[in-house]
Amino acid sequence: MAVQTGSVERLVGSYNAWATNGASRAPTWLKDLRESGIARFGDLGFPTMKQEAWRFTSVAPIANASFELAHPPARIPQLEDIRSFLLFEAGYRLVFIDGFFQPSLSTPFFDDIQSLAHVLTHRQDLVRQHLGQYAATQDRPFSALNTAFVSDGAFVHLPAKATIAEPIQLLFLSTGGKPVVSHPRNLVVLEREARASIVETYASLSEGPYWTNSVTEVVVGEAARVDYHRVQRDSGRAYHVAATQTHQGRDSTVNLHTVAFGAALARHDIGAVMAGPGGTLILNGLYLLAAEQHADHHTTIDHAADHCESHEYFNGVLDGHSRGVFTGRIIVRPGAQKTDSKQTNNNLLLSTDAHADSQPQLEIYADDVKCTHGSTVGPLDPRALFYLQSRGVGEHDARRLLTYGFAAEILGRMDVAPLRAQLDAIVRGRLAEP
Amino acid sequence: MPGRGKGEEGRALLEVKGLRVAVAGNEILKGVDLAIRDGEVHAMMGPNGSGKSTLAQVLAGHPAYTVLAGSAQYEGKDLLDMKPEERARAGVFLAFQYPVEIRGITNSYFLRSALNALRRERGEPELDPIDFLQFLEQKLKAIGWDDSMMNRPVNEGFSGGEKKRNEILQLAVLEPRLAILDETDSGLDIDALKTVAETVNRLRNPDRAFLIVTHYQRLLNYITPDVVHVLADGRIVKSGGPELAQELEARGYDWLRDGVMVS
Repeated sequence: MAVQTGSVERLVGSYNAWATNGASRAPTWLKDLRESGIARFGDLGFPTMKQEAWRFTSVAPIANASFELAHPPARIPQLEDIRSFLLFEAGYRLVFIDGFFQPSLSTPFFDDIQSLAHVLTHRQDLVRQHLGQYAATQDRPFSALNTAFVSDGAFVHLPAKATIAEPIQLLFLSTGGKPVVSHPRNLVVLEREARASIVETYASLSEGPYWTNSVTEVVVGEAARVDYHRVQRDSGRAYHVAATQTHQGRDSTVNLHTVAFGAALARHDIGAVMAGPGGTLILNGLYLLAAEQHADHHTTIDHAADHCESHEYFNGVLDGHSRGVFTGRIIVRPGAQKTDSKQTNNNLLLSTDAHADSQPQLEIYADDVKCTHGSTVGPLDPRALFYLQSRGVGEHDARRLLTYGFAAEILGRMDVAPLRAQLDAIVRGRLAEP
Repeated sequence: MPGRGKGEEGRALLEVKGLRVAVAGNEILKGVDLAIRDGEVHAMMGPNGSGKSTLAQVLAGHPAYTVLAGSAQYEGKDLLDMKPEERARAGVFLAFQYPVEIRGITNSYFLRSALNALRRERGEPELDPIDFLQFLEQKLKAIGWDDSMMNRPVNEGFSGGEKKRNEILQLAVLEPRLAILDETDSGLDIDALKTVAETVNRLRNPDRAFLIVTHYQRLLNYITPDVVHVLADGRIVKSGGPELAQELEARGYDWLRDGVMVS
């Protein structure tokens, strides 16, 4: 399928209508940011499979469909309707329906845990200082498009040395009623020595088709620590495009966990810049796909400073006709000496029609570094199968146990117990008999 | 249970007759006869490539091996007709020469899954995680070990010695009637070897037979077998008492190779 240029024009037209109507009261800096986004998207258009970064993923199904810009929901769900998605009753929580913040379902905290829509006017200086400063748009049409439509999303700010014990939940639900597109934009800023745990979840209230195009920027100050969890469990007919960009200061820690269960087509670009020395990064991901699902993870770890450590683990479990794509780019800049970087990507193929592409890309410009990578693609290990059978576990259960272990290895690195339990239940459900 | 008496009169727990086995088209076992009675400890010795490990794996049901001829009766049933998991549930246990790593599954979860598979077979209630931990604690105490390996993924990042110890721990938990140890001593230093041997000795009882496959005699310094067999070129060429192991230590295997068939 060829990408229609008409779809780009339609999106630009949709932007123009929105900018002159709903978004016309924005301050100048924000208008400029949006204008630069739409101009960039207009120039780039939708990516094609001729581009290196997109060679395994066709976005034609998105480009050729006509998604209307989402409207605020006609009916706001009750807390009961969304309870199954919540991890905690207590704690701070921001809930969005089709991209729009829902105060009645949320428990914000003053101007620090709030909707972006609110802080775009109430904390302009801080937002302006960070928004759009980390997520690249130059060669990223979807991030550029998101930037054009910046209006709502989650905002989390922790002042220096602040700690929040309970994980903060950011819940993005789609109604799935009409084929609409939303562009959630999230900004997380942890000042020096602050510490927080965040769970960002994308899910659907129905099985309808929709398109989510999100961008999340996470800024982690000196010696701060964030445990960031991102769960994509969209409808099986949804399209999910996302960028997550972290930026780490000196001696900071980022543990970034991502899980992709849903969507017909998903693309997640994860970027991590280690800008100060002594930083630690764990990038821990799982994709569990079946039927005709396609998920593409594109990760870039940028070691821009010395003495940083990054560990990347991605496991894929692929059934049916699904396809998993993993690209793991690691850049070690000149001067980033004593970098210690480890990357593994293991893909388990449960069906002969499932397919995995795994590509490590190491670009090392410093000489005193330790970088290792490894990737595997294949069916269950027959030796492990026999080992379990020889202990009395039947073949069918042994297969399930080994498959479960592939997912459990990733989930086991997450610290939030209720989240782990929620994801564990989803994994077990997916592995159960039809 | 019937047929559990030790001695000549009872039926053998395991009776192998004329067993011929091939892997990838190569005949490895060329007619093995072996009878193990309840509670007996048999050592299967022999040079590298003699077929010792093949015998161990074939008895456990490894799918890579093809049985060309012969039979193996276990508790009077056709062992070779049973799936690996059915053999395990019937009380056959193989301690692997190369234990396999299982990502994402903790040792404790793995052991509980295995034990519950056996308990279901015996019509016993399954153990929930809390009951299992209590059961496991007793087992560990009985063999004098701690629980340091329990919350790590099965064999992942284990040292060679830890992997072998883990096999013996499974033996202790699963309580087989026939335990086959495939070169459990290889790669162990003397302290680890002693620990493993002591544990095996504690697990010896009149209802549990052992087939200990080993290349070296040194394990038999700590575990005294009832019968020692020598396997060479796919056949048992000599069987005897514990003194045979010592003789092999002193003389090596070469004197048995030149077509000498003694039984």
